[in-house]
Amino acid sequence: MIGALLAAPTALVTDNWWDIRDLSNLSGAILDLIEDAGGPGWLTYVVGALLGTLGIVSFIGGVAIINIWIERRVVGRMQSRLGPNRVGPFGLLQPVADAIKLMQKEVLQPRVADGLVFTVAPIAFTVPGIALLAVIPWGRNMVLADLDVGIVFLFAMSSLAALAVFIGGYGSNNKYALFGSMRVIAMLVTYEIPIVLSLLGVVMFAGSMNLNQIVLFQADNWLFLIMLQPLAFLIYFLSSSAELNRTPADLAEAESEIAGGYHVEYSGMKFGLYYAAELINAVAVSTIIATVFLGGWWLYKIDEIVPGWMIVIGKIYAVYFVFIWTRGTLPRFRIDQLLAFAWKWMTPMAIINILLVAGEVVLWEETGWSAGLLLPLYIAINGAMTAVLIVAWVRVMAPKFQRYPDRPRMYDGIDVPSLPAPASIGPTAPGAAPARRATV
Amino acid sequence: MSVLPDVVLMTLELEQVLIVGGILFAIGLYVALSKRNAIGILMGVELMLNAVNVTLLAFARFIESPRPIDGHVFATFVITIAAAEAAVALALAVAVYRHRETVNIDEIDVLRW
Amino acid sequence: MIDDAGIVVAFWILSATTVICALMVAAARNLIHAVLFLALTFVGVAGIYIVLSADFVAVVQVLIYAGAVGVLMTFAIMLTPGADRLNSSTVFQAPALVLSALVLAVIVFVALDTEWAISDRQAFSATARSLGEAFLKPYIVPFEVASVLLAAAMIGAIVLSREEPEDERAA
Repeated sequence: MIGALLAAPTALVTDNWWDIRDLSNLSGAILDLIEDAGGPGWLTYVVGALLGTLGIVSFIGGVAIINIWIERRVVGRMQSRLGPNRVGPFGLLQPVADAIKLMQKEVLQPRVADGLVFTVAPIAFTVPGIALLAVIPWGRNMVLADLDVGIVFLFAMSSLAALAVFIGGYGSNNKYALFGSMRVIAMLVTYEIPIVLSLLGVVMFAGSMNLNQIVLFQADNWLFLIMLQPLAFLIYFLSSSAELNRTPADLAEAESEIAGGYHVEYSGMKFGLYYAAELINAVAVSTIIATVFLGGWWLYKIDEIVPGWMIVIGKIYAVYFVFIWTRGTLPRFRIDQLLAFAWKWMTPMAIINILLVAGEVVLWEETGWSAGLLLPLYIAINGAMTAVLIVAWVRVMAPKFQRYPDRPRMYDGIDVPSLPAPASIGPTAPGAAPARRATV
Repeated sequence: MSVLPDVVLMTLELEQVLIVGGILFAIGLYVALSKRNAIGILMGVELMLNAVNVTLLAFARFIESPRPIDGHVFATFVITIAAAEAAVALALAVAVYRHRETVNIDEIDVLRW
Repeated sequence: MIDDAGIVVAFWILSATTVICALMVAAARNLIHAVLFLALTFVGVAGIYIVLSADFVAVVQVLIYAGAVGVLMTFAIMLTPGADRLNSSTVFQAPALVLSALVLAVIVFVALDTEWAISDRQAFSATARSLGEAFLKPYIVPFEVASVLLAAAMIGAIVLSREEPEDERAA
């Protein structure tokens, strides 16, 4: 065994049980042991499920710890400040310090809060985020639940998280928490539509809602679906950053506005669970993007040497870095700007995307031309359509930008004094159109 | 009767699923008939619709049929229409609340104010 | 009939959970607790659907019922703050109990007494694909009518819950 390892260091993924590059070999060997020892059928099934769950939960545990450090350090460095650097080398033990701090804080529960609901809400928020990872293929044979309707399962779990947010806000018996959670629910329910519509384009190309089939579609055609569907990727990225309550859409936690929103009454480890649940949900969404748009465990034949799950985790962290990037850079939307963004920008563009994809798929199936001919054409068409749509929407619907506005730009009735233009430029910027209302 | 063999835990018959659906339907009927809040009545109606879906899908799974997917089609339509009906019923409840300050059906028993 | 012991055990656990949650919907003191138990019932019923190998309908059930109808009901409760939240019963509680027991007895009798034409078919394999084909070939007209109905329901809900402006309230 050692000789085989030393002899072929770049060997392809094998079927031996000790080859951890394909963890299904290990679990398959354990299940075979149980079957040979005469265990009943259901024991095999239960042990298989437990092994898969163990893998996913260990990943989640690592994620919840490492991502705390990554968020704060990377956002800090992006904002030209240091981030945590005291608690260990490069502040790497900061999550440990955070966890100890949260554990030793008293979990205050208001006497008038609804006891059971108050306690259940963080748990109900965490569970769908972890359950999402059951349908993700971590390798060619490594799926815990190979559902034929994997994509709709992902939507279902995201919509369960919306209910959990509301439970948290209600259970606190605090009108700021309730108000914050109602705003968040309006936002979450609105953004479910662009999420569903954007992933439908992907499903149409892959021909199946099974996530392993989607990854295999990308593997068979040697492309990432982000090349074929850039508009769907953009819509999904922005809509799910709204679903995750991340900046630029994090008005749920806007501490300066509504005193913290739905988790204002939570302290101690319950708040820690909410915080960890947000990180876990962010990683779950990054996993979906990495699987559906970026190819999952497949990476141009590298997955035959490098373990598939390492490739997936690398892609997850690449997407998560982009999430942190938008968080560190963009300012926060207002609630009406957010909802207008969903209804007037995301949903129509997603619908146009679906119509376009439907036409392309029908053309592909009816004419039977080879993929090598049609797919580069589709990549070009979709990229051009994305650029055209975004430019058209911005031209038609975005407010005109005036550097020195010559009239109030907020709503009617709220007077914003306009800045005087500097003398070198003149009363107004040349060629500026009158400003419109500053909603998106 | 085929539903009570001595190994009742080892097989799942159609009758058992139908009985579970029937229990849910009866509970939903009780809730719909006996709750005072209009939203409570809607909860009973949704329970009844779910019980009906369970029955439909059990038939689709177990019964001889030329196109067994019809049960799923019917169940999906039931889910769709139940969602639409819930939306309209709750809008009605909110509108009634705006006029009468209550959604207690014992107090909304006069047609014209 | 389904022979797999794991599936049978799963069915009984799921249906026990669902029935207990449904009973708690009827028996909960607080209306919000009743709605939350209803959301749990929906998830339990989705589990029963999976036992009956209806995977697409199960995830659609969680997505629409637990995710949207549950949220809708909690919203409606939140938008009626002056109403009591006691989830109490009317005077028709005893007749309702009798009636639902009778309905249950009838259903049980019919379920046990009928000679069902059980087929030997195994579980469904690809429900989503055949469901899609069924929606687009034999059932295209109900599909389109359902979309019109959803649009009508949406417009109706918006019109019903719209606040009238001051000058229209004189009528």
